[in-house]
Amino acid sequence: MRTYFDEISKIAGNVVTVKADGIGYDELAVITSRHGTSLAQVIRLEDDQVSLQIFGGTEGVSTGDKIRFLGQSFRVPFTDDLLGRVFDGSGQPRDGRPEVKAETVEIGSPAVNPTKRRVPDKMIHTRIPMIDIFNTLVGSQKLPIFSSAGEPYNDLLARVGMQADAEVIILGGMGLRHDDYLTFRHRFDEAGVLGRTIMFIHTAADPVVECLLIPDLALAVGEQYALQGKNVLVLLSDMTSFSDALKEIAITMEQVPSNRGYPGDLYTQLARRYEKAVDFDGAGAMTVLACVTMPGDDVTHPVPDNTGYITEGQLYLRHGRIEPFGSLSRLKQLVNGKTRDDHRDIMNACIQLYAQCDESREKREMGFELSDWDERLIQYGDLFEAKIMNLNLNIQLFDALDECWKILAECFRPEETGIRNAIIQKHWPKKVLQEETTETSKA
Amino acid sequence: MKGRIKAVFGNMVVAQTSDNIIKNAVGYCVRSDGVKLLCEIIRVRGDSADLQIFEETRGLRVGDEVIFEEEMLSASLGPGLLGQIYDGLQNPLPQLAEKVGFFLEPGNYIHALDTERTWDWTPKAKAGDVVQAADTLGSVPESIFEHNIMVPFGWDGQFTVQYIAEPGSYPILKDIAILTDSSGNERKVTMEQSWPVKRPLCVTKRRLLPTTPMVTSVRIVDTMFPIVQGGTYCIPGPFGAGKTVLQQITSRHAHVDIVIITACGERAGEVVDTIREFPQLQDPRTGRSLMERTIIICNTSAMPVAARDASVYTGMTLAEYYRQIGLNVLLLADSTSRWAQAMREISGRLEEIPGEEAFPAYLESRIASFYERAGSIELRDKRIASVTIGGTVSPAGGNFDEPVTQATLKVVGAFHGLSRARSDARRYPAIDPLESWSKYKGIIDSKKVARMNKVLKRGDEIHQMMTVVGEEGTPIEDFTTMLKAEFFDSAYLQQNAFDDVDAATSVDRQKFVFDKLLEVIETDFDFKNKDEARHCMKKISSLFINWNYAPWDESVIPESERQDEKMSKTAHEGKEETERGSFTEILKQIDEYVQSLLDGSKNPESDEKLQETNA
Repeated sequence: MRTYFDEISKIAGNVVTVKADGIGYDELAVITSRHGTSLAQVIRLEDDQVSLQIFGGTEGVSTGDKIRFLGQSFRVPFTDDLLGRVFDGSGQPRDGRPEVKAETVEIGSPAVNPTKRRVPDKMIHTRIPMIDIFNTLVGSQKLPIFSSAGEPYNDLLARVGMQADAEVIILGGMGLRHDDYLTFRHRFDEAGVLGRTIMFIHTAADPVVECLLIPDLALAVGEQYALQGKNVLVLLSDMTSFSDALKEIAITMEQVPSNRGYPGDLYTQLARRYEKAVDFDGAGAMTVLACVTMPGDDVTHPVPDNTGYITEGQLYLRHGRIEPFGSLSRLKQLVNGKTRDDHRDIMNACIQLYAQCDESREKREMGFELSDWDERLIQYGDLFEAKIMNLNLNIQLFDALDECWKILAECFRPEETGIRNAIIQKHWPKKVLQEETTETSKA
Repeated sequence: MKGRIKAVFGNMVVAQTSDNIIKNAVGYCVRSDGVKLLCEIIRVRGDSADLQIFEETRGLRVGDEVIFEEEMLSASLGPGLLGQIYDGLQNPLPQLAEKVGFFLEPGNYIHALDTERTWDWTPKAKAGDVVQAADTLGSVPESIFEHNIMVPFGWDGQFTVQYIAEPGSYPILKDIAILTDSSGNERKVTMEQSWPVKRPLCVTKRRLLPTTPMVTSVRIVDTMFPIVQGGTYCIPGPFGAGKTVLQQITSRHAHVDIVIITACGERAGEVVDTIREFPQLQDPRTGRSLMERTIIICNTSAMPVAARDASVYTGMTLAEYYRQIGLNVLLLADSTSRWAQAMREISGRLEEIPGEEAFPAYLESRIASFYERAGSIELRDKRIASVTIGGTVSPAGGNFDEPVTQATLKVVGAFHGLSRARSDARRYPAIDPLESWSKYKGIIDSKKVARMNKVLKRGDEIHQMMTVVGEEGTPIEDFTTMLKAEFFDSAYLQQNAFDDVDAATSVDRQKFVFDKLLEVIETDFDFKNKDEARHCMKKISSLFINWNYAPWDESVIPESERQDEKMSKTAHEGKEETERGSFTEILKQIDEYVQSLLDGSKNPESDEKLQETNA
């Protein structure tokens, strides 16, 4: 049994300083005030003065309150009982069910030895054509979704969670609106994936310190499953809230800000979380898909900018669609050569034609005369948007590829698509192809 | 020397001691569970020392013991470095994985060099010889090189060789020589020595002006913005512009003896690519595995920040060591911005007054002194060796007006600026031909390059003008110039890194193709109208692009003028010429087509196509 310390000398922001000795850096403590108890973490030691970050916030904390140190750093229980449960940023249940008792694991474990990583080669099927065909998600990839605040990024994330072929899904919610949290829960329940989902949720109303722990909790649990050989998908939303929480704490701690008030170690802090995505040589893999809202829709803002340097590509969400041009999965070429022989050709052809469609639409808007080719491009664009770019789809990769062929056949002659002849011969919808050839032979 | 911990915050520890404190000496903080964490003294104030810890500080307490060493942070130097994968503190990562598994648990350190492996020693000095620091005593074979064992670099004065080991097979820690100094003290020499990483290692007669081009086989670099052996260059660019791919291509094809890759604060995935691929790839110049000439220092973004700062210097010291042996070394640092950010984090913890964007005020001088460690030198035995540095920079928001890019541009000899516009247009390598520069002389006559540059610049001006006045308002001469600039860009500056042949272009081939291009570009075609001009230039362009994919045929230039090093059998040699067309065949097609344009006798096939596009 450890002793209590109660000589609190300073309370500022979410940080309390207390006189104590024999305390380890990063150690966890419990502070008991009139408003209940809260967890706290040591963030600075100086002689006998120990500074603690109070997870529950310092509102109502008095200089006479008691602090008990737990002699260990933050740990999270790890057991299959976690599945289907919801926790808050201090690891407490938020679904009204009892606390989980089990062996615990440390959060924020050291980096993975690069020589123990594999070159990723497993595709994650999300059944969303814009991801599966054009920006294939690969096991162990870390991929952000850049979007402005009004975009349906949480819907997209929920859809990926519901449809992806992952064995364990972990959702880390940071600064979520309570509605969003309920929507996630409701949708996962409806889709029947709640049984393999674990949620760590911090809502905007919760103390900001808890926000900082969400990714660590989610990734620590995910890492354990990956070590067991499972294929884990971690969904994080929204990493900008996380960065803002970092900023808030750093400023409270009187750290020198670097860019737009964010601390100088923002890159390192983000990288330490994203880099947890891994394909273990001899165990499972953990994939991270994270929402990053761009303040002012500005990709050079420090949060998306630093994120872009860390992650393996990015998806841009604009006007409710995954933007086909700026979005990029850097790992896609590791897998999309092995799915079906027409995957890469369809991927390139569809995007090139869609780019041309954009030009034709511009022409139309400028009031220029449209050629037959322009008309067909626009027809193609409309079909492509409705049947492929729509984010509410739930179709398999092969079906989605077939759908692309259908759209192409509806709008173009085979040679107009710029696809290799061998692939055309094999995949161009047969019925239409015959009609075409008879037509041309007649002509 | 011992001390006690007084304060802990982040990766900084303040320790108090009554002993002497040596700045930059290393030490160990002993955690209550006995784990020792490596640290370095970075500031001294009275009896307290500020330490940066190279590990996570979790669990350290006030009152924990600190053990100080007298040594500064040093690299171990000796045979066995090649092919290794180290972390920033020179711990071999594969061995660490064997010892502790998946994670890099704090407090595990493994000696950088294998002390059990034996090397075939051949003595070169003999008893009685008078030697001094960096003189060769003998050598062992390492990979394809003769690895000289030298008198330790830090030893002052002259020594007499008293004993030297017989030829034989010895481990690195065996005393292979005993030297006596002027006052008769005996000193033993092993194959291993150490050197403090933050001090330049350069024992030399004199530094030379670097002039020998360092061929990278990337056309836009070698032709337009060349690098020299012993020079420095930087590659700034926004994310996704292809910095790392460019570095990887360079590390494969660069004409140097040894490549040291420092992955500093970047993705682990990229290092994994290199780690898994290099052992399988063949070095076209030696026929051996690429890994045998490579050292990887990898301190990825998730690894502790203080070690990131050290990793750059560790890489540098290994490069300088191989330079002392007499080899040409290329050090690739990816990315120096992460190194600068590590400095910023440490400076913030020290509560130093921040400079621009919170970078420390000494940012510029640190960057400058790092790049100045490159250079071409003449060793005491008159051999010439060099260290070339290529650093990538990751400017925030892709904006080059930030402190790290600007500080770097002041001190490097060449600037390969990557542009978002070019990478978005899938024009790789995305080096901006109008913004970039080089102060070095390359493989191609600089007058010719200047002529080509003029066309590029003019083409760009016309292109910009055309967006205002439209195609109709542009005279045909200007229009043709613009097409020519575009042709040069697509047929020469752009290069397909994923094609076996196009990925690397040899010196002779670059010279030959460049001359041909210049000849075509400076030909006055006198096109009748813009459609014809566009069509003909497209046709020429596609001929040249096909030419790039055809295997090189050295018979097109006289033997006396050939400069290429003899390549060993390369991977793509078996590729059928028919599949890609033969080099000389395509050359003939180009000449014929250009001639037909000059004669005014359109070949019927092209006219037909022309009508088709018009219709």
